[in-house]
Amino acid sequence: MESISNIKRIHWIYQLKIVKLILLSHNGKKPMSSSTLNQPEVAATGKKGSVVNDIVIQIATSNGSGSQSANNILLRSIFNMGVPVSGKNLFPSNIQGLPTWFTIRASKDGWTGARREIDVLIAMNVESVVDDIRDLRPGGMLILNSELKQYLTRTDVKAHIVPFNELVVQCCPEVKLRKLVTNMIYVGVAGFLLSMDIEEIKKSIDKQFKTKPKVADLNRNAVTVGYNWASEHLVNDHDYVIERDHKTEGKILIEGNMATALGALYGGVTVVAWYPITPSSSVCENLIELLRHYRHDPDGKATYAVLQAEDEIASIGFVVGAGWTGARAMTATSGPGISLMSEFAGLSYFAEIPAVIVDVQRMGPSTGLPTRTCQGDIMKAYYLSHGDCKHIVLIPGSVQECYEFAMESLNLAERFQTLVLMLSDLDLGMNNWMSDPFKPPTKDMDRGKVLTAEDLDKVKQFGRYADVDGDGIPYRTLPGTKHPKAAFFTRGTGHTAAATYSEKAEDWKVNMDRLAKKFATARGMVPAPVIEHQGKGDVGIIAYGSSDVAVKESLSQMKAEKGLEATYLRIRALPTCDAIRDFITSKRVTYLVEQNRDAQMASILRAEYPELAAKLVSVLHYDGMPIEARTISDHILKFEKKA
Amino acid sequence: MSATTAPETPAPAKVPAVNRLGLAQAVYKGSPSTLCTGCGHDSITNQIIKAMFELDVEPHHVAKLSGIGCSSKTTAYFLGQSHGFNSVHGRMAAVATGVNLANSNLMAIGVSGDGDTASIGLGQFLHMVRRNVQICYIIENNGVYGLTKGQFSATADKGSLQKKGDSNEMFPIDCCALAIEMGCEFVARSFSGDYKQLCTLLKAGLSHRGTAMIDVVSPCITFNNHEGSTKSYKFAKDHEEALHEIGFVSSHEPITAEYEEGTTTKIELPDGAHIILKKLHRDYDPSDKANALELLAKARDERLFLTGLLYMGKGQAPMVEQKNLVDEPLATLPQSRVRPSPEVLAQVMESLK
Repeated sequence: MESISNIKRIHWIYQLKIVKLILLSHNGKKPMSSSTLNQPEVAATGKKGSVVNDIVIQIATSNGSGSQSANNILLRSIFNMGVPVSGKNLFPSNIQGLPTWFTIRASKDGWTGARREIDVLIAMNVESVVDDIRDLRPGGMLILNSELKQYLTRTDVKAHIVPFNELVVQCCPEVKLRKLVTNMIYVGVAGFLLSMDIEEIKKSIDKQFKTKPKVADLNRNAVTVGYNWASEHLVNDHDYVIERDHKTEGKILIEGNMATALGALYGGVTVVAWYPITPSSSVCENLIELLRHYRHDPDGKATYAVLQAEDEIASIGFVVGAGWTGARAMTATSGPGISLMSEFAGLSYFAEIPAVIVDVQRMGPSTGLPTRTCQGDIMKAYYLSHGDCKHIVLIPGSVQECYEFAMESLNLAERFQTLVLMLSDLDLGMNNWMSDPFKPPTKDMDRGKVLTAEDLDKVKQFGRYADVDGDGIPYRTLPGTKHPKAAFFTRGTGHTAAATYSEKAEDWKVNMDRLAKKFATARGMVPAPVIEHQGKGDVGIIAYGSSDVAVKESLSQMKAEKGLEATYLRIRALPTCDAIRDFITSKRVTYLVEQNRDAQMASILRAEYPELAAKLVSVLHYDGMPIEARTISDHILKFEKKA
Repeated sequence: MSATTAPETPAPAKVPAVNRLGLAQAVYKGSPSTLCTGCGHDSITNQIIKAMFELDVEPHHVAKLSGIGCSSKTTAYFLGQSHGFNSVHGRMAAVATGVNLANSNLMAIGVSGDGDTASIGLGQFLHMVRRNVQICYIIENNGVYGLTKGQFSATADKGSLQKKGDSNEMFPIDCCALAIEMGCEFVARSFSGDYKQLCTLLKAGLSHRGTAMIDVVSPCITFNNHEGSTKSYKFAKDHEEALHEIGFVSSHEPITAEYEEGTTTKIELPDGAHIILKKLHRDYDPSDKANALELLAKARDERLFLTGLLYMGKGQAPMVEQKNLVDEPLATLPQSRVRPSPEVLAQVMESLK
C-alpha cells in the first residue's frame, strides 16, 4: 500500500512540475509571484489592511472524498452574501484517491476568471500538501488538518492547525460518514476565519439538502462544530474578509453544461444521442433530468427520445438519421468524440442533413488531459471531415450564451440543413459561473425550408438540391410526406439538383459551388461578433469562448497598470464576417487570445483575410488550466514594450 | 405458435394486377439497376418489389436505408416513391435507429451487405439488434467486396477460394447466430435464387414488430461465382436445404388450408397475418433458440446451407415502445409540444439563485 501511494505521489508531483514548467516558459515568470492585485483596504468588519471580497480560496482534498457538496456550500454562501464568485473544480481523471482542488474566487469587481495566486488554502490532502503549502501566497492564510502539521515549514503564512479528526467524532457518531462530514467542518472553520455569517452558510445547507432534512441536520451541525471550535481556539486577524455586499442580487450560479441543456430543452430538441465522455457528459445528464421533468404529456408519454449510443460514431449516426427524418436532433461530446464523428460530419454537410454537435472541449490531442480545459478543437470543428467541408461553429463566451447558442444551433441546423457545432469547453461547461437569469426565447423555432404535401401541390417541380431562392439553401421534404412528388434519394455520392446520381464533372462543381454559396449566406446569419470593450488606442484584442472574462479583467488590469487601452472584439461564430475584417483593418495591431498551442483561430482568420495576416499577434495559453488575466496582460504589455 | 391439423398449405391466391390500394406492381419499382447482369442482388430487389406490392404498402410510408456497397445501392432500385438514404459504410444501423426514434410510424427497410454489416458495421448491427429497432434488415451476402473488386468479407467460409485462388483461413461470422444471441426475434436465411421462399420471408419480416433480419446468400456474378466459392450460384443451388416450406397469409386473406398435426405450424403476426410452416426433412421448431444456435453451429462446421425461418421469438418490446414515446412522430411535433412554458424556466432560474 505504502509503495503504491508513494508512486502516486511522485507521479502527481511530476505532473504538477510539468504544468509549472510550461507556465514558466510561457509567461516568462512564475505565475503566483505577481502581486498587483489584492490592494489592501479598510473593511467595515475588518481592520486596516484587511483584504475584503477579493479572495482566492483553494480547497485541496482527495478525489472521491465527497468534498464537492461542502465546497458548493461555501461557494453558495459567499454568493448569497452578495459577493460575485466563481468556483472551479480541478479534478484528476480518476474516481477515487488522486488529489483534487476546488478554487473559489470571490471578487467584488466581478472578475470571475481564473487567478492563480492563492490567498486562503484549506489543506486536507497528504498527497498534495507539500506543493499546496508551497504555492500559497506569502502572507496567505492556511487552514491545515492537524494530521498534516509536519508538512508546515513556511513561516510567512498564517497557519491555523485544526484537529478535524477529533472534531468529527463529536458531531458524527457514524464512522462511515466521518470522511464526508469532515468537509463540512472546514466550511465552518473557514466561515469563522473569513468573518462570514454562519446563518448564511446554514441557509445554503438547507437549500442544498432541501429534500433530505436528516442530511441537512448533520451538515448544519458539522458547520457549527467547526465554527464554534474555531471561535474558541483560533484568532481571527481579519486578514481576509467576506463582507456582505449586494452584487449578486437576482443572479444565478450555474454550470455551462446545465445552461446548454436548458438551451436544448427550450430549443425543442426531440432526439438526443450521446456517448459518455468527460467533460461533456453532464450536458446530456442534465438534459435527461430536464426532459424527464418537463417533456412528458399528461398521459406519461415522452415528446423526446434520449439514447445512449455504443460509441460516438453511432451517436452522430442517430442524430443524422433523426435529422433526416425531421427531428431536432443533437449529441454532446468532446475531442475524441468529434474525431470519430468526422465521417458523418461530411455526410451531414454534403447530403444536407440537419445535425447538432455540442463539443465541450478538453485538452488533447489523443486522450490528452480529459479533465483539463482547452480551445483546441476550433480548427478541427470548422473543417471536420474530408474533402472541401466547412461547418457552422457557434462559440459561447458565457453560460448565458451556452443557453442561447444551444437553442440557436438547432435553428441554424434546420435553416441551413447542415451540421452545426457548438464549441464550449471544460472551464465553461463544468465550472460554476454567475449570470443574470436566462430569459425565455423570444423567437419561434426555425424549422427551415420543409415542403409539406400541400406545398408540393403548389410547386411545379421539386428538386431536392435546387437553389430556388438564390441563397444556396435548397428545400427538403420529410419521409412520410404523402405526395407523389415528395420522395427523393439521399446519398453521399455525387448528385444533381434533382437528387439523382451523377459523376459528371459539371454536376459536381455546380453542387459544390452552391454549397459554398449556402455557407456564404450563413455568414450573415450566425451570431455576429460583439465589441465587448471600446478603448481609445489603436490596439485590438480578439478572443472567443471562455477566455472572455480573463480578457475583460486584463483590459482593466492593463489600463490601471500601464494606461494601455485596447478595444476588444469577441468572435461568437464561424464562418467569419466583414465586421471581423474591418476590426483588424482598423487597428495597428490585434492580439488574438486563444487557449491552444497552434493559434487555430488566427490560422482561420489569416486564411480568410491573408492581407491582414501580419497584423495578428497571438496570445496563447495551453497548459490545461483556465486562462487568467495576468497571462494576457503580461504578454500584451511586453509586446507593446510597456512591461 | 399453434399446430393444427391440415394436409396442405394453401395454393397462393392469384395476384391481381393492382393491389388493395389500387396500385400496380410497377409503382413499387425504382430506377434501373446499375449492378452487373445476373447479380443476385437484383433478384432480391425484385422480391422486395413484389413483397411490398403484395403487402399493400403505401410507398410514402417507407424509409429505405442502406450503408455503402453494391447491396446498399439497391435501395435506389425499388420504391421510387419512397424516401431513401444511402448513408455511410457500416453505419446504416445507427441511421435507422435515428429514423425510428424520429418517426416510428415509418416502415423501415434496410439493405446492407456482408462487408457493410459483418465487417465494418458489425458493432452497430449488433447494437441495433440489441435495441430491437423497428426495421426489416436484409443482408445481401456474397462473401466478397464487389465495388473494390473481390476481397474477402467476414462472412467468407473457411476454405473458400478467392477468384485469384487465395484461400480464406478464418471462420466466417454468422450474422444469424449473432442476431439470435443479441435477442433478435426474427432471424431468417434465404437464397436470392429461391424467389418464393425469399418473397415470403420478406413479407413476414416486414410485418414483424422489432428487428427482423434476413441473411440472403446472393452470389456475386463477377468476383465470387467460381469453383471453390461457397457463395456461388452452383454451390448455393446444390447445397440449399430449406428447413421448412414457408407460406404467408395476410390478415385479409382467409386461411383456407387444413393442417396435418405435427407437420404444419401456424404463427400469427402482430398485424393479424400468419406464417405457415410446413415440415420438410427436419423436425425444426423455430421458437427454440438453443436448438437454432446449435443447428447454425453444425451448419458452419459441416458447411450446410440451411434456409428458412431460423428463429422467431416474442416478448421483447421494440425500442420505441421501451421509450414510451408519444404516438405522433417526434419529427413533426409542433413548438407547443416541445418548448416548455416561460414559467418552467422561471422556476429553474429561481432554484439556481
